[in-house]
Amino acid sequence: MNWILRTMDKMRPTFSKGGKLGWLHSTYDAFESFAAVPSTTTSGRVHIKDAVDIKRVMIIVVVALIPAFCFGMWNTGDQHSLAFGLGWSFWMKVWYGFYRILPLILVSYIVGLGIEFIVAQVRGHEVNEGYLVTGFLIPLIMPVDVPLWVLALAVAFAVIFGKEIFGGTGMNIWNPALLARAFVFFAYPSTITGDTVWIGGLGKGVTSYAGTAHNVIDGFSGATPLAQVADGATAPDFLQMFIGNIPGSVGETSTIAILLGAILLVWTGVASWKIMVSCVAGALAVGFLANGLAEPGTFAAYPAVNHLVMGGFAFGAVFMATDPVSSAQTETGKWIYGFLIGAMCVILRLFNPGYREGMMLAILLMNTMAPLIDWCVVRKNIRRREKRAVAAK
Amino acid sequence: METIRLHKGLDLHLAGEAQKKVLQTLEPDTVSVRPSDYRSMVPKLLVAEGDAVLAGQLVFLDKKRPQIGFASPISGTVKAIVRGEKRKLLSVEIAADKETRYAQFEKLSIAKASRQEIQKVLLESGLWAGIIQRPYGIIANPEDTPKAIVVSAFNSAPLAADINFTLKNDADAMQIAVDALAKFTTGKVYVNLSYNNGNGSPLNLLRNVEKTMFKGPHPAGNVGVQINHLCPIGKGETVWTVQPQILAAMGRLFSKGIYDVTRLVAITGPRAVETGYVRCVPGVAMKDLKAVAGVVENMDIYGQPTGVRYVSGNPLSGENVGEGGSLGFYDDTVTFLSEGNYRELFGWAKPFRMKKFSSSRAYFSWLCPKKQYKADTNVNGGERAFIVSDVYGKVLPMDIYPVYLLKAILAEDIEKMEQFGIYEVIGEDFALCEYVDPSKIEIQKIIDKGIDLMLKEMA
Repeated sequence: MNWILRTMDKMRPTFSKGGKLGWLHSTYDAFESFAAVPSTTTSGRVHIKDAVDIKRVMIIVVVALIPAFCFGMWNTGDQHSLAFGLGWSFWMKVWYGFYRILPLILVSYIVGLGIEFIVAQVRGHEVNEGYLVTGFLIPLIMPVDVPLWVLALAVAFAVIFGKEIFGGTGMNIWNPALLARAFVFFAYPSTITGDTVWIGGLGKGVTSYAGTAHNVIDGFSGATPLAQVADGATAPDFLQMFIGNIPGSVGETSTIAILLGAILLVWTGVASWKIMVSCVAGALAVGFLANGLAEPGTFAAYPAVNHLVMGGFAFGAVFMATDPVSSAQTETGKWIYGFLIGAMCVILRLFNPGYREGMMLAILLMNTMAPLIDWCVVRKNIRRREKRAVAAK
Repeated sequence: METIRLHKGLDLHLAGEAQKKVLQTLEPDTVSVRPSDYRSMVPKLLVAEGDAVLAGQLVFLDKKRPQIGFASPISGTVKAIVRGEKRKLLSVEIAADKETRYAQFEKLSIAKASRQEIQKVLLESGLWAGIIQRPYGIIANPEDTPKAIVVSAFNSAPLAADINFTLKNDADAMQIAVDALAKFTTGKVYVNLSYNNGNGSPLNLLRNVEKTMFKGPHPAGNVGVQINHLCPIGKGETVWTVQPQILAAMGRLFSKGIYDVTRLVAITGPRAVETGYVRCVPGVAMKDLKAVAGVVENMDIYGQPTGVRYVSGNPLSGENVGEGGSLGFYDDTVTFLSEGNYRELFGWAKPFRMKKFSSSRAYFSWLCPKKQYKADTNVNGGERAFIVSDVYGKVLPMDIYPVYLLKAILAEDIEKMEQFGIYEVIGEDFALCEYVDPSKIEIQKIIDKGIDLMLKEMA
């Protein structure tokens, strides 16, 4: 393995300042520190440091996303097979999902990391690893049929206006991945709303497989359960939505796969369990209240518990709301922040007939409010200190 | 006795803890007196090369507060005055006499002596430098009357010297010192014991003091943390702190009239072949301590040769003094660490990394909680912005929002710094925050910068 270190030693002068390719030094540093933990030593009075770094934190999130990603691949194939009556085998479904999702991931990473590298190069900074997670999240919260150029634009918008203009990872106000989705939602709504975007190829109405064209099965609706319930139709039962073989964004459908990721995130301490728990509590609180007040048969009377397994709620609560940068920073603040996201999500679902999926907007709204929540929490600490000083006099 | 339980913090288990035995009494050829041991102090030299000095004779003063001086711990001849850039005084090197001759100070009967008399002896002998004030962690101002005096009777930092061992015969001397110090404050003298072994502490024998037990992981032994729970400091207030080994020296000063700062120093760290305790004065050369420890010069980590780091103090708040350095005035521990100047292939991506400790469950250190790790000085990553928000608070058992305070310092916003508690902290209280930080931010340096800023502002 030492040949890797030796090769890096040989290449470094070329990429150092003053070298032939010195202008690429940030890019080279990114690859070098990716391959090996750098040899930097401590310079202050803290002589030893914990083994954990941001790269490790980020890779844990990526690992936590893998169950949702794998399920998403299978489900993309499954939904396609159902819609066109193809009767595919398990592996055929996975292959179709892979074949459809891979371009999304490639576009997301190439565009996003490209911009990150250029910005780091211009600023002379190290490349941040935050995009490792963002780049994986974005395809998972898009419909599988989203045009690649729209995705590329959204990624560019999210990285430039969501992150880099604030100074990079750690400085941003909103979750960059959600910002990408919000961009598509507002700029190209037809690609992310309606009943035909959630299943691969459904928009065209025809698919070719094994040399023959297949039409959509008569009467097949590609609507998400959320849209079905809101329109008064019957939705899949709780268990099916919990397992997740329903139409929706690539990675959001399977609550059980998301829960596996949540367990890893909470166990490793990478994401805040307080936000996840309070988010669920907020959704249930508003849901039960609505259940109690609503007339039977209306959307508001729809069992509150089902909101947890529909649409983007679970994915948002576990992977989006808990983004440590854009969420509340104080521990008390996290309880309030999570609760309000859950509550706001269900309120939007119940009272916004134009667009029933409230999770994205709820999180972005609370991202905006998080500093205010923190301000109130921190204010109490300051008051306590001031009171103590007065009492001492 | 009241017990205060702290739940936040982290005990690090590092290899190279000092065995509880005295290896030898070190009689050095030379000792150095270094201005850099004292925070925010500009020295004014009192001796020249070739001068003879006694133990307890002042060798330089604080230019800003000339009543505070700093003494030679031994008698001998000034061998060299070492200066750095812009003629900055780095150290005064003193060649030792065969037999130590002590400057004689007035012996005091503490019960009768007044504050002024006690203060006079402390200032004349240079032992005043042993009294540290909060806020800012600088030497106390002789004109102040602190609202309390706080002594931590235990070190909770990794590898730090065990006070129950080093001072087990010094209870009487420390009793004299606390009785003397009680005359300086309108409040109490607090002595804080460890819940684990406080009953066996020599400081548990002290009378006329307010004793409290502290239970919990490091930094429970940090005096700053204890103050935050006993008598938090607001604007305009001061609390004084004295380390136990300085208390013992004060007791000897009052009873015998001599400046004797000899102490037991723990020799620790993964690079020390022999660990244990050495009896010596502050200022002894690192090379003498190294000879006792028998430091391993060559050690490979991941197949790459690494050097030794010479730390006066513990690995979380000591000073890197280098091989040519010496033991600091306040230190009772030296740590020999491996320099982490190696590269580890795919370190962050390996599922298991058994040689490294992490408090985060992103690694598997939690599987073997008792394992002792050979610590080295590799940063284990690159510096980033503040990203993970909840790691800092988990190791800081104080009523303080660490990131808010740090950001206020970075923004140089004095008012915010006051609001977020700059008066209550010094760098060592934030050492664990820096240790666990995945963003690898140099947090102690930021706190130091904040304190420098406050000192400049208040001057």
